[in-house]
Amino acid sequence: MEIPHSALEQAVADSALQFKIYSATGRLMDGRKNTTSPESLPHYQEMRQQAHELKRHAIEHLDYYLDQFAANVQSHGGKVVYCRDGAEVVEFLVKLAKEKNVHRVVKSKSMTTEELHLNDHLEKAGLEMVETDLGEFIIQLMHERPYHIVAPALHLSREDVADVFTEKLGVEREEVIERQTMIARAVLREKFLTADMGITGGNFLVAESGAVVVVENEGNARLTYTLPRIQVAVAGIEKIIPRAQDLAVFLPLLTRSATGQLMSVYSSMLAGPRREGETDGPEEFYVVLLDNGRTRLLADRQKRESLFCIRCGACLNHCPVYRKIGGHNYPWVYSGPIGAVITPQYLGITEHGWLPFASSLCGACAEVCPVKIPLPQLLLDLRADAKQETEGKDRNAESWLERWGFKVWSWVMRHPALYEVAGLAGSGLLEGEGWLSKAPTWARVGPLAAWLSQRDLPRPAASSFREQWRRRKSQAAATSQEGE
Amino acid sequence: MPRETIIHRVRAALGRTSDQPAPPAPPVWSNPSRLFEHEKVGMFQQALEAAGGIVSVVQGPEMAHGVVMSIVAGHTAVASQSSVLRELGIPGMEGVASGFASEAAMRAACRDAEMGITSADFAIAHTGTLVLMSSSEEARMISLLPPMHIAVVPRSRIVSNLSEFFERVPDPAALTSALVFLTGPSRTADIEQVLVRGVHGPRYLHVILF
Repeated sequence: MEIPHSALEQAVADSALQFKIYSATGRLMDGRKNTTSPESLPHYQEMRQQAHELKRHAIEHLDYYLDQFAANVQSHGGKVVYCRDGAEVVEFLVKLAKEKNVHRVVKSKSMTTEELHLNDHLEKAGLEMVETDLGEFIIQLMHERPYHIVAPALHLSREDVADVFTEKLGVEREEVIERQTMIARAVLREKFLTADMGITGGNFLVAESGAVVVVENEGNARLTYTLPRIQVAVAGIEKIIPRAQDLAVFLPLLTRSATGQLMSVYSSMLAGPRREGETDGPEEFYVVLLDNGRTRLLADRQKRESLFCIRCGACLNHCPVYRKIGGHNYPWVYSGPIGAVITPQYLGITEHGWLPFASSLCGACAEVCPVKIPLPQLLLDLRADAKQETEGKDRNAESWLERWGFKVWSWVMRHPALYEVAGLAGSGLLEGEGWLSKAPTWARVGPLAAWLSQRDLPRPAASSFREQWRRRKSQAAATSQEGE
Repeated sequence: MPRETIIHRVRAALGRTSDQPAPPAPPVWSNPSRLFEHEKVGMFQQALEAAGGIVSVVQGPEMAHGVVMSIVAGHTAVASQSSVLRELGIPGMEGVASGFASEAAMRAACRDAEMGITSADFAIAHTGTLVLMSSSEEARMISLLPPMHIAVVPRSRIVSNLSEFFERVPDPAALTSALVFLTGPSRTADIEQVLVRGVHGPRYLHVILF
């Protein structure tokens, strides 16, 4: 796949869109900052480290924990279904729906099902699929994919919502957000009360408990696992954590990093169908464990860290590239730095090898990642893989220019006298601030022209570090002599 | 068949064999802070109010009963069969339906009622969170379908933080099919990041601590 140049230029030139992305991600950044500050969460850094280690432990013993999880789900009366790819998930759900006479399916928000385009496939099989998260409901009506991992309709305005509600729901035009929300509530409440099956995602799979954890704010996931008679949770195999008590680390990290809440409004832990004596809850409970490319990332010790992600979206909010180009210019449902890292690994580096290059490697993503995924390092690693793939070269091979450039550099660095001469020459050349931008236009040509039209080099220091060091040393010697 | 393929892929990638157990997981970080009894109520109230909930702190069961009665007066409500509510005589109050013969009957009542009344198994002071475990006494939909949720909770059930909760209940799945950590009324900010309460769950959450 090629870099979508014209779409990128369009997104950058669209000032209304730029405003929406900047204000929404900015608000999410503020929320995170306030709730991960030392005053709000004194143990934040310890918790991040712990979350990283717990994820590493779970992923590196994944076969053991998957079996433990499955056995415990079964002990609660639930069923576990492994699926190698999206086609197997669709096949299983279509068959289940037919057997159980299911017509209407309500869904709560799940990136994993977005990854499979589950709605499209199940609709083709004749099922009515209803997204119930407000943002997902809106983009389902518009036939779009999520713009952001936690804020799927981030790119839409109240006017856009008014348009689609009028057109698709046949209601009178309504531009007040509160009333738009109540329209959605009324439409969806009716769907909930009459649905046969509920599909949720899973933020965490607790191995020791055989439980699926679902985190949300609206209550639509609760309705999804409470009202229909059949419940299905679809989750990637990497969502495993060992114990329930690990949630004391993961839940606060997730919600504080995602939206700046101390806890989400509803975090549910689900273990099997309703038990004896209970009046409500599903009669049947299924967990679909999905591979869909995940096992490809496991072999490499560094790359498997991509599987630690808990989908908080903080790396998107803090990414200068995401904030400029938006979510729909990434080729897959996962956008931002984590999207650039997992898309080529899940879907293939040949087609998506350009993605890791779409980064300034500023490191903001790694700094805010609650599970400490070294995203810039992974991007660099994938760049090397992409080069190997497209140019057929060893991933560490350089061009002759690069090789000679670094040879000369290393030779100069090893000879202090030479280094000093080079430094003097350099600072002499760069005398005076803004010399590049003041240079005549004809001088700014070639591959650097675009770069130079935006930037200039800073004025070099009046004297180099080495000069200052020598001067201070001789001054110090002089003072100590005076003292004697 | 898919199970075998996936487990095989995992083991091959990790270089593990079928009879290899996992070493114990790293010990989990636990928030060491523990509040005094008198601090817990204030902390809970402050945190839940920040999340948009309402908290009434009253002295003793009679006052709790009185507060519930004054809120319910003139409205329709559904109450759970929780032992806390039964001891307070809430299921028998005027306008309060409780103890349904079937799921369909409960669903119809919850769909139309203005309020749902439950207790909570725990409350977490640090974040203003209620912990509700689904059981034969506490149905899931009473705290979910009506536009207002009233929770009547003995203050002895407040723990300091999430870590202390998991110390008390290491494996919630052994006790319940569905546990929910509930912090404030239902909310969304999906349109232009504007906060709206009551999108799917209750718009109002009123906790009565006694």
